[in-house]
Amino acid sequence: MTMQIADSVSLSSPDAKARAHAAAARDNLRTEPRAVRIVIITLAVLFLSVFVVLPLVVVFAQAFSKGILAYLAALAEPEALAAIKLTLLVAAISVGLNLVFGLVAAWAIAKFDFSGKTFLITLIDLPFSVSPVISGLVFVLLFGAQGYFGGWLRDHDIQILFAVPGIALATTFVTFPFVARALIPLMQEQGTQEEEAAISLGASGLQTFFRVTLPNIKWGVLYGVLLCNARAMGEFGAVSVVSGHIRGETNTMPLLVEILYNEYQFVAAFAIASLLAMLALITLIAKTVLERHLDEGQDASDH
Amino acid sequence: MTIEVRNLVKKFGSFAALDGVDLKVDNGELLALLGPSGSGKTTLLRIIAGLDWPDSGEVSFNGEDALAQGARERHVGFVFQHYALFRHMTVFENVAFGLRVQPRAVRKEEAAIRARVKELLDLVQLDWLADRYPSQLSGGQRQRIALARALAIEPRILLLDEPFGALDAKVRKELRRWLRSLHHEINVTSIFVTHDQEEALEVANRVVVMDKGRIEQIGSPDDVYESPATAFVHGFIGESIELPVQIANGVVQLGDRPLQLAADGLAPGASKLFVRRHDMLVGPPGSGAFEGAVQHVRNFGPVQRAEVALSGGETIEIDAPRDRELHVGDRIGLEPRRYRIFAG
Repeated sequence: MTMQIADSVSLSSPDAKARAHAAAARDNLRTEPRAVRIVIITLAVLFLSVFVVLPLVVVFAQAFSKGILAYLAALAEPEALAAIKLTLLVAAISVGLNLVFGLVAAWAIAKFDFSGKTFLITLIDLPFSVSPVISGLVFVLLFGAQGYFGGWLRDHDIQILFAVPGIALATTFVTFPFVARALIPLMQEQGTQEEEAAISLGASGLQTFFRVTLPNIKWGVLYGVLLCNARAMGEFGAVSVVSGHIRGETNTMPLLVEILYNEYQFVAAFAIASLLAMLALITLIAKTVLERHLDEGQDASDH
Repeated sequence: MTIEVRNLVKKFGSFAALDGVDLKVDNGELLALLGPSGSGKTTLLRIIAGLDWPDSGEVSFNGEDALAQGARERHVGFVFQHYALFRHMTVFENVAFGLRVQPRAVRKEEAAIRARVKELLDLVQLDWLADRYPSQLSGGQRQRIALARALAIEPRILLLDEPFGALDAKVRKELRRWLRSLHHEINVTSIFVTHDQEEALEVANRVVVMDKGRIEQIGSPDDVYESPATAFVHGFIGESIELPVQIANGVVQLGDRPLQLAADGLAPGASKLFVRRHDMLVGPPGSGAFEGAVQHVRNFGPVQRAEVALSGGETIEIDAPRDRELHVGDRIGLEPRRYRIFAG
């Protein structure tokens, strides 16, 4: 834009003086002197390199420091495989649950008016504002041996803490807001007119949801699921409290990374960490793609 | 299908959107609900459609209680102001929607659905757009698709909320004429909401003028224009000159000046005098009920619109024929050919 203005000035002015003015005007549009610009950009690049790129490089460098065979051997350890399996299982459970909860919550908040709506929105955000460790402790208080339901659970021989259910519960709690948060603004912006149209055309509630509401928010749902999944796989604090760190049984990938690191098994620790780092990279790419789709959807609805 | 609405009340908090509305719509009618924004016309339409529920009152279709049914059972075609087309479906699928969601027992065969959609797209003259998405259509095209979609379910009643509100002036005029001829063709009882008086007067058989949740007047387009029932209707429809007057001892007074206007049968007290702009006849000074000086003149096609400062200081706008040119500074007499005086 600025270039075009400057160019048209220089084209319409016959003499060199005017052209010089145009060039000066073009420079003035970027208000900072060249030296300042270079310093600022260098600082930004340095900062990003040290805090973002370097750690990522280090993870992979350490993981492959004893060669690719050692890396693969570390990943093939039964403990590592168990941790990967557990992490995938827990992520699948918590993403599945949060997909349903998030959809239901967002649908209720965006499409209906009821008292206590603001309170509900605040409540949905609670897991984000509480430290994950506290979230984990809540489950210990509820289901631990000394907890409220501890006695009953023991009598009925149900194991929640230090087992898959506890880890899944804690992860679900911590990641609850992602899907709902992604959908509420999207659904609020889309309003209720298409649903009203569907119902007046004779569609039932379920038909309206599956044929009209869901297709309109599918990219938003994927976006929420993606972020939810990334956090579920990477969650450390809450899971650490409820897991009990039983090797080969209740260690998720992040927990195993810490244990291996503390035992000076750097290659193994960073090998697992490299998997988490790759998950992060894939998530970022997918997020970018999804955001593009979300923007397009919005553009289409604007006209 | 006849529609009858009795004593309908709907409040949003302390704001009464509908404040006791009674209305009867005859079979095959094309009725306009006309009023400024906030007059309750859209709320009334939504209650008839089953998209909103009244606090009290009755709605019946052919004598049957409609409030006992949800929007889904009422079989009412609704065209939304912003079309509300399903953005992820093609035009074809939008129109087919109402046919596809029918219970299996009554649902048509796929071939029959396709034939019906084709027929509707032909009716709205947009069959060539079947594979497009709503975002690829112009406003007027979207409006016609929304109408085709509503007609697909063979509605007993057709309701249109500001059907031409979001379109530009030229398209609006075309669509108005088109809607009237379409209604003639399909002859389904129809109600449309508008704030545009020209639209209401041109398209509808009958016009319902609403203000502040109440019906001010129901009548043919000629009725509401020629004999407005209330001050509001006179002020809202057509361009009127409105002057505050006093009725005392059988005389109409503007400020402290008596006017040579008949005041028979008028209650004494503060009142409002209404004259259509084109009903003010221009004569030489001293010739009419009013006298004033021309302040400003503009030509609008067949008429000249003049701003006249009356001798009492009030400024009015009149539309005079162009056979007698007015000039700034002219002193003129003005005689209302027709006028109405409303108490209050």
